[in-house]
Amino acid sequence: METFWYMALTLALTMYVVLDGYDFGVAMLFPFVTAEDERRMLRATIGPVWTGNEVWLIAASALLFLSFPKAYAAGFSGFYLGLIMLLWLLMGRGLAFELRGHVEHVLWRRFWDSIFFGASLSLALLIGLFAGNVIRGLPLNAEGYFFLPLWTDFRPGLSPGILDWFTLLTGLLMVVLLASHGASFLAMKTAGPLQAKARALSGAALIPTVLLLAAFVFALPYVRPTFWSGFAVRPIGYVWPLAGLAAMVMLFINHARHNQGAAFGWSSLLVASFVAMLSWGTYPNLLIATDDQAHSVTIDNASAGKDGLQAALWWLPPGLAVVVLYQILIHRMFSGPVTPDSSPAGHH
Amino acid sequence: MDIVLQYDRLQFAVTSTFHYLFPQLTMGLALFLLYFRTRDLLSQGDHFHEAARFWTHIFALSFAFGVVTGIPLEFQFGTNWAAFSNYAGGIIGQTLAMEGVFAFFLESSFLGVLLFGEARCSRRVLWLASAMLFAGAWLSGYFILATNAWMQHPVAYRVLDNGHVTVESLTDLLTNPWLFWQFTHNMTAAVVTGSFVMAAVGALYLLAGRHLAQARTYVRTGVVTGALASVLLITPTGHESARQVFEYQPIKGAAFEGLFRSERGADIVLIGQPNLETMTIDNPLVVPSALSLLVYYDLYAKVKGLDAFPRHDWPDHIALLYFSYHIMIGLGTWLVLVMGLAVLWLWRDRLFRAGWLLWLLLLSAPLPYIATTAGWMTAELGRQPWLVYGLFRTAEGISPLVHSGNALFTLLGFLGIYLALGLLFVLLVVELLRRGPAEALPVAEQPGR
Repeated sequence: METFWYMALTLALTMYVVLDGYDFGVAMLFPFVTAEDERRMLRATIGPVWTGNEVWLIAASALLFLSFPKAYAAGFSGFYLGLIMLLWLLMGRGLAFELRGHVEHVLWRRFWDSIFFGASLSLALLIGLFAGNVIRGLPLNAEGYFFLPLWTDFRPGLSPGILDWFTLLTGLLMVVLLASHGASFLAMKTAGPLQAKARALSGAALIPTVLLLAAFVFALPYVRPTFWSGFAVRPIGYVWPLAGLAAMVMLFINHARHNQGAAFGWSSLLVASFVAMLSWGTYPNLLIATDDQAHSVTIDNASAGKDGLQAALWWLPPGLAVVVLYQILIHRMFSGPVTPDSSPAGHH
Repeated sequence: MDIVLQYDRLQFAVTSTFHYLFPQLTMGLALFLLYFRTRDLLSQGDHFHEAARFWTHIFALSFAFGVVTGIPLEFQFGTNWAAFSNYAGGIIGQTLAMEGVFAFFLESSFLGVLLFGEARCSRRVLWLASAMLFAGAWLSGYFILATNAWMQHPVAYRVLDNGHVTVESLTDLLTNPWLFWQFTHNMTAAVVTGSFVMAAVGALYLLAGRHLAQARTYVRTGVVTGALASVLLITPTGHESARQVFEYQPIKGAAFEGLFRSERGADIVLIGQPNLETMTIDNPLVVPSALSLLVYYDLYAKVKGLDAFPRHDWPDHIALLYFSYHIMIGLGTWLVLVMGLAVLWLWRDRLFRAGWLLWLLLLSAPLPYIATTAGWMTAELGRQPWLVYGLFRTAEGISPLVHSGNALFTLLGFLGIYLALGLLFVLLVVELLRRGPAEALPVAEQPGR
């Protein structure tokens, strides 16, 4: 039962990183796309869908709250400063999107473009940092609580901060991975010179992605020696790193063949399999204790209890299925390449 | 008292109060959007199409601010109220997740259709999208209120071995008896806010001599709906909500009425300042025996005062609670008067020329916001010292390891950001109003995006 909810949680998180990930990625390309009409197309590609994408974050955190309240409580209060900053950045990103078109002035647009770019980049970094922290482990006390400052000595030792070299590595990996992912999305949604630019950017971002991914896998055993043991016990989990590898190869091939729809599909699989792999390696823990393993918050000791989980089974999976259904519908409604004149209505 | 607790409370108070300025408008406007889209579907010409389009943009602005200020609320259950989340996650996690899955997804996805699909979609699809938007907005209100109703009046729970609570019956949780009047009262209030804003925008244009045809529609729609809704706000929904408080939370009732001592034939204080030194009301202006009459329908019924309850169960901000309640009631009465006059003048076909009354409508637009805020302060300050009424105290709920320096840092951050956001919102609404509906270009020709 708890395992099912762990999977549902992973699914929601994966959906979030894949979907909002390309929003972040597209926004990160702003410095490379400077002409106003190109920027407008760039924004038009994600305009109709980004709010729907962001809601997956709400769904994931609500799912965590519902199924594993102890992990939600300990995790959210422990990452206090990082999470509140995440909230501020989400505010900046959302408002930049909604407000940019409201005033006809170049300074106004430039201001919001910078917020949009900066917030999206920082959000990708933060998501990577949180992932890195969960993998590295946390100084949990006997009640399962912890509190991390933003940084201490940048070493993943016994009193780490949110920032250390390992989490920073994960953060940067997330940044370049999502930049490439966003560029793939942009290439699928545009045509002509902008598409060529997007394809080139996606390819360019893949190189640091591969390097950082290799560094990450290399560092993993030093920071979290037990990471691969979950795979040894349940070898089917190896499907994730393998799928990731395959996706990367196929991504290169499809880019070379100018097959942008398929390339974006493989890019999504790459991002998804990365998140799924991290989730597999963490299971059955939700928060891993660094000093005393007995303090770890697991799916069993954090469970909301049988009744609640049973009850939610009745409404949550069908509810999410309906959501996915109409999100697909809306994506299809706005499918096809964006051209300069199909700029969104927005608010004037 | 513990300073961290104060910062945590203040941060949630600031963030939730500021947030709710936006959804109360969007929930109210969602109804009007659906109405305009329906009229558009049934009528020829572009009049209602334009009205719907114009108000969709006001809606979208308010919605955007509502979304970005709403996300921090859900996160703060974990960041600042970890012990409470751990205790009650098995219950309020359910209703909050339902809000995300059933309501928020619906609302944000279909707002995208309304905003970006105007050129691509038929009127029928736009109508459907606005119906979905309405459903999403009101369902969202329902699930959030179900969460709050459980904190006001916990039902359908079972205590686990570790002392935490879990849900025993989802149906009972969602049909909490507290919820019925709370939901109807709150949603009526949202309609009142929407009505006043709609009428005020129309009045502004009439006074300025712009967009006259549209303006008359806004005033008419706002005034007729507003008159009805502001009466429903007082009775039955407000009246029954107050009776519910006296039934389940008598201490809250005694505190917000300023009733320090139990009395037979208790008076209602209209104006006066609670004096917590002498436990009396200074400068009182009262209606004799009215409280007993309104609560128990009996002039001589005994109403329990604060002295009937132990001191440690009293709300900790009695004066503020008292004033919140009285401001809500006072403004609520004023709103009925304004809308009553306006509907009378509308009926006699004189409203559109009555400058003074249009000014009154225009200037009254901020008042429903203040009344709603005061109403929520009444509900929440009155729930103290409990986080979950009668079960779990507020002081027990905070995150154990977040210390005061960090809490104050984020509180100040929120204050600064929200000050900027508030100014920005006003600026942008003024900008939208300055452009107005008639000057709006067809979708495909719009500049700037």
